[in-house]
Amino acid sequence: MLQFLGIRVVRALITMSIVLVIAFLTVRYSGEPFDAMYPEGIPPEMEEALREEWNLNLPIWDQFSLYIGNMLRGDFGRSIFTNEEAWRMYAERMPATLAVGGLAFLLAVMIGIPMGAFAALHRESAAARGVMWIAFLGYAVPHFVLGIGLVLLFGFHWKLLPTSGLSTPWHYILPVVTLAIPMIAAIARFMRVAMLDAVAQAHVGTAQAKGLTDGGIARWHILRNAMVPLLTVLGLEVAGLMNGSIFVEAVFSLPGVGRVLVNAVLDRDFAVLQFGVLAYAAIIVLITLMIDILYAVADPRVRLEA
Amino acid sequence: MTTLTLTPPAPVRWWNDRLALSLGLLVLVILVGLLAPLLAPHDPNATNLMSRMAPPVWMEGGSWTHPLGTDQIGRDLLSRTFYGIRTSFSIAAFGLIFSAVLGITIGVLSGLIGGWCDRILMMFVDVFIALPNLLLILCGIAVLGTQTWVLVVMIGLVRWEAYARLVRGQVLVVRELGYVEASRVLGAGRRWIIMRHVLPNLASPLIVILTLSFPGVLLMESGLSFLGVGVQPPTSSLGRMIGDGRNYLINAWWIAGIPSLAVVIITLLFQVAGDALRDRLDEVNHD
Repeated sequence: MLQFLGIRVVRALITMSIVLVIAFLTVRYSGEPFDAMYPEGIPPEMEEALREEWNLNLPIWDQFSLYIGNMLRGDFGRSIFTNEEAWRMYAERMPATLAVGGLAFLLAVMIGIPMGAFAALHRESAAARGVMWIAFLGYAVPHFVLGIGLVLLFGFHWKLLPTSGLSTPWHYILPVVTLAIPMIAAIARFMRVAMLDAVAQAHVGTAQAKGLTDGGIARWHILRNAMVPLLTVLGLEVAGLMNGSIFVEAVFSLPGVGRVLVNAVLDRDFAVLQFGVLAYAAIIVLITLMIDILYAVADPRVRLEA
Repeated sequence: MTTLTLTPPAPVRWWNDRLALSLGLLVLVILVGLLAPLLAPHDPNATNLMSRMAPPVWMEGGSWTHPLGTDQIGRDLLSRTFYGIRTSFSIAAFGLIFSAVLGITIGVLSGLIGGWCDRILMMFVDVFIALPNLLLILCGIAVLGTQTWVLVVMIGLVRWEAYARLVRGQVLVVRELGYVEASRVLGAGRRWIIMRHVLPNLASPLIVILTLSFPGVLLMESGLSFLGVGVQPPTSSLGRMIGDGRNYLINAWWIAGIPSLAVVIITLLFQVAGDALRDRLDEVNHD
């Protein structure tokens, strides 16, 4: 177990350090920073002074260690445009992203798991086939197209729901549903296969032979076995959720972190982009690590493989 | 009560054959993209301020001059959709080729040389898989700009690991095969073995995995263009059209609706074809 954990932690650390280096190089090699700050040009002696002040004259290795040092002290740089601290720009918008993402995750788990289980247990029925067709659609269509479609139908055609911002609880419905649908589809598709695998195992036959009810078998012998691999899928889906939220926030004009990130790319506002990339990557790497650990706790075979 | 009847299995007609049908329709879509300059009734970038936001022909006020309507500055949507398909498919195709070449090269090197070289390359692959793709692409675009080649390279860069893994695995299998051993004994060089024995053996699994990952690449381009960080105006791509039309949903749903529909149809066709292809291969492997 310890060895397994060790390997996973080391791997997460390696991934994070590579992200760090990429983020550093992104900022350092994206052209002279002063060109962006002073588009009309600055006198050479002033530029020299600025280079001195920003430590740009130091060798690249010293710059890198300074960068890491600043980061450890909680200094992630400022936006070139608003002079706001980069981390603060994200922190302010985090609640919206977390709320929509968290609700979408809950919704997806609550609908996706029973949907896939139903499709597996009633494999031959028309209803199950219908369910899987819907899952197929949700799996194929990207967030931004789905969002536009829902806005057109529910927002403008039937005029049932508001379509931009997050000012009332009603405003949450469309973005949350849009973000959840592809995840529901993925969970349902996966759950169905996992259940079918679990059904085929010998102990299910034994349980039937000793006279357990169908409901009991489904709960104790099939669902439990199917849940273990589902953990991995959930982890991957959280990463997918974070990518998806960037698109959903664009479709519904939500005040979330995705927009800060996209604007930073468009404006080439590197300090802001850098913090966003580091934060996103850190969250994804952490979630993957947590899933790995949970997986090892739930399934002893994984631990032994290491 | 069941009666036993012996009917021969019905011959599979092409319209009942999911694979043939979806692939046929996909070829049609690709042809539309390739022949866009011939098929498009208008210049996709010609603006006509007299007929802005003209609705599609089946709606009130629509006309056959612009069968799918026009956008906010009077550009013909049918023509723009044709050209959009052309842009999206070419970027996705070149991105895929780029990542395939990169992946195959690394996979072959890793598998054939083995040892520490293999270990380092595979560690690199492991780490790369863990990196969040979209972030990597956004960084690349921020640094290098939004030219088309940047898009192709960045889309290609986030996809190569899967191919490298597949190729390495295949190489490890192939190089232990009897006839490869034999040709090595006969004094065949490394290059000969790669060209004559390894690469031909890789062709069919590679074609399958490339087909299956094409829609993902296509959607990546569309998504980036939708956000505004992909292809830049005046080029039209499906994602870009949706992103631009987003602001006119109330007055003119078709500006974003038509390209959205195109994206839905194309991805569904790919999904159906991919699923059918997988089923077909499973059957072949079981026989």
